[in-house]
Amino acid sequence: MIFDYDTLRIIWWAFLGLLIIGFAITGGYDLGVGVLLPFLGKTDEERRVILNAVGPTWEGNQVWFVMAGGALFAAWPTVYAVSFSSMYFALLLTLFALFLRPLGFDYRSKMPDQKWRGNWDKALFVGGFVPALVFGIAFGNLLKGIPFQFESDMRIVYFGNLLGLLNPFALLAGLISMSMFIMHGAVYLQIKTVASVARRARKTAIAFTLVTIILFALAGWWITFLDGYHITSAISSNLASNPLAKFVKRGPGLWLDNYGHIPQLWAIPATAFISALCTMIMSRLNRPGSAFIFSCVTIASIILTAGGSLFPFIIPSSISLSSSLTIWDSSSSLVTLNLMFWVTVIFLPLIMIYTSWVFRVFRGKVTVEHIRKNSHKLY
Amino acid sequence: MISDTVVELSRWQFAVTALYHFLFVPLTIGLSVLLAIMESTYVMTGREIYKDMTQFWGKLFGINFALGVTTGLTMEFQFGMNWSYFSHYVGDVFGAPLAIEGLMAFFMESTFVGLFFFGWDRLTRGQHLIITWLVALGSNLSALWILVANGWMQNPVGAEFNYETMRMEVTSFGALIFNPAAQVKFVHTVAAGYTTASSFVLAISAYYMLKGRDSAFSQRSYTIAAGFGLAAVLSVIVLGDESGYTDGEVQKAKLAAIEAEWHTDEPPAAFTVVGFPDQEAMVTHDAIKIPWVLGLIGTRSVDTPIIGLSEILENNRVRIRSGIKAYGLLQRLREGDRDERLITEFESIKKDLGYGLLLKRYTENVVDATDEQIDLAVKNSIPQVAPLFWTFRVMVACGFIMLFVFIVAVIASSIRKCRKNWVFRLSLYTLPLPWIAVETGWFVAEFGRQPWAVAEVLPTFLSASSLSEWDIILSLSGYVFLYTVFLVIEVFLMMKYIRQGPSILHKRRYHFEMDERGG
Repeated sequence: MIFDYDTLRIIWWAFLGLLIIGFAITGGYDLGVGVLLPFLGKTDEERRVILNAVGPTWEGNQVWFVMAGGALFAAWPTVYAVSFSSMYFALLLTLFALFLRPLGFDYRSKMPDQKWRGNWDKALFVGGFVPALVFGIAFGNLLKGIPFQFESDMRIVYFGNLLGLLNPFALLAGLISMSMFIMHGAVYLQIKTVASVARRARKTAIAFTLVTIILFALAGWWITFLDGYHITSAISSNLASNPLAKFVKRGPGLWLDNYGHIPQLWAIPATAFISALCTMIMSRLNRPGSAFIFSCVTIASIILTAGGSLFPFIIPSSISLSSSLTIWDSSSSLVTLNLMFWVTVIFLPLIMIYTSWVFRVFRGKVTVEHIRKNSHKLY
Repeated sequence: MISDTVVELSRWQFAVTALYHFLFVPLTIGLSVLLAIMESTYVMTGREIYKDMTQFWGKLFGINFALGVTTGLTMEFQFGMNWSYFSHYVGDVFGAPLAIEGLMAFFMESTFVGLFFFGWDRLTRGQHLIITWLVALGSNLSALWILVANGWMQNPVGAEFNYETMRMEVTSFGALIFNPAAQVKFVHTVAAGYTTASSFVLAISAYYMLKGRDSAFSQRSYTIAAGFGLAAVLSVIVLGDESGYTDGEVQKAKLAAIEAEWHTDEPPAAFTVVGFPDQEAMVTHDAIKIPWVLGLIGTRSVDTPIIGLSEILENNRVRIRSGIKAYGLLQRLREGDRDERLITEFESIKKDLGYGLLLKRYTENVVDATDEQIDLAVKNSIPQVAPLFWTFRVMVACGFIMLFVFIVAVIASSIRKCRKNWVFRLSLYTLPLPWIAVETGWFVAEFGRQPWAVAEVLPTFLSASSLSEWDIILSLSGYVFLYTVFLVIEVFLMMKYIRQGPSILHKRRYHFEMDERGG
């Protein structure tokens, strides 16, 4: 065992961030493409071009999402328990929407009937739209704090409802995630397609990069007076996970605390702005490959900005401040964190290697001619 | 206290979503291996027909796989959504195999499945074959880790309760992986998947033979399915899940309940073929018994007794009383008392804490439980016998009928004279049997563990999230509605593709294309 408990907790916070960012930049463009499907594809063949641009790889991309859930369960069981049961209906809607994706991709083109295909196109739109929105809404609610508390025997009791989750700040966060996934999906389509679809994708990419960055700035301004949370008692980062052993205060602007203490952190939101600008320029210059790298960086910086504000909180409680979950008091045991660290260190690079290889095999543009030639083999 | 209705609804929701998920999983596990076998034959012999077989059965695999993935998402999220206390209480142990499943298996399977479908023209033959094997490996490894997690719920080894965090924590990961309950479960479940897929290929090939279509294609498919299926169904029966039932107290109760063994008999115990179990009187009416058989199956010996339910109940009473004490000591520890003697005493009886928690269903105040409440807890500390008794027999009957079908199929595929229509009809009409067997098998394993979510550790009714009845009524209706719609669509597509047969590949050499060309 080479790491202390507190080091492992920080590492696992980083791993969780990595998985979330991994999902946002891979699964994220799939979701964006789902939303854009009915708008960028005017004919059935164009829609098949769009679907097959992500067809061979979307399934693997979605595993990042499942994996983030799994890692949360293993490394942050209490966080998993609190977040999934509190955001019950938000997650249920997301699940129902996600159901439509494997079916939509696989079943849509298995029948020639236009009505059948039209319905699956709508399903794929919903399957992209709802998760893209809820992803941000969930983050927004983490920043707001969630109304839960621990009762006897550490039972988790939740005092909110679905409408409470849809508060204005969380909706703003939802719009940010939605528009950044649309930006990302459009840039990806600009890489993978030609002619009219690529032209529409370019316009969309530029417009939604702009929307993303404006909304991000708005949320940044909101954060300056939104109630944040802060641990007031001494932090014992090496002890057994017991969320009730600390004191927490709440107050406007506290989410900027970390940025006050470590001014270098401002580089993260700054990167988001700069790389968004570069995304627009590269997309405009018809260099979608570079634009894609910049849109990945934009997404990563936006998520890291939120993470940097929250740290060391993972889920603050808005009704029982000391029930709040932080990285110091809601992790798995030392043994489990250590074991899962090694499993991750071995398998995550392996996953990245074979995923890159699969992307390499499927490199190149998807065209209408390609669809016509392989009509019976493709989505 | 948590309402019984919430717990019941949560259990129904879990049962519905898990049973539904399990309609698709065994076929995925088995068909992925069959595809790899077919493609290996193609690569070794170079004959196109085996490529066509891989691609055609691959299409059906895809239709099934989509719903397997869809409904698997629910499973991954449901623990947190509906069983939040379970997630908190055992996540340290239970979450690890689930996360490893994702990293080691599900990622691989999902990343390569795209290459399986769309990579035919982009990869060399050898490369594509490797991909197909990796998809098969991924789905089988997936089963391994899920069953390591489930095996731990049946026989929770390698973990201990920590009073500081109020949850179970891993002490030995090796014990968790090499848990005998998990090992047996894995072999049994995976072999059941192979059987399911073999029945699937066998039945559909038989259908083409009865129709007299694409005979070269269907005969080869039939032969592969028959051979693989016979080996698989033999493994399912010989390596039956029951042999794992000697490990863990709750497993023993499950075995006794399945067999309606009310009292411990002289070994080797007799096997009750049929009868009518009566839980109140603790007797089985009109029982037909075969001497010795149960003892042999259950313990693999002639002198180890099968513990009867009445003895198990008495043991449980002792442990519940000890559990009450453990719960009392835990309250003092939770209040911050760190007296050495208190800790030592708690550590010595904390293995009974779960039994104390059984009382939470009847009283908030476990320490002052009345004798009536203890009686109730004892009475309900074993599962209901009759449903287990019957579902188990249905499962076993399906298994033996399938064994017969596969024996006949192997004979028919090796001896031309024996290829009679009744053989093919038998192969076709017994198609539902593997699904009946796997669903009843799931029921036996999970219902047989009740009243526990994690055997001896955490009662099911405590595990549920603190949701309202309406929350779960809404979500359960949503699942039932969507899943029904999806099933209708899936079966519709399946039937359409099956009716068309290999002609859907548009290779210009199968039945319906011949018609189109006027041939």
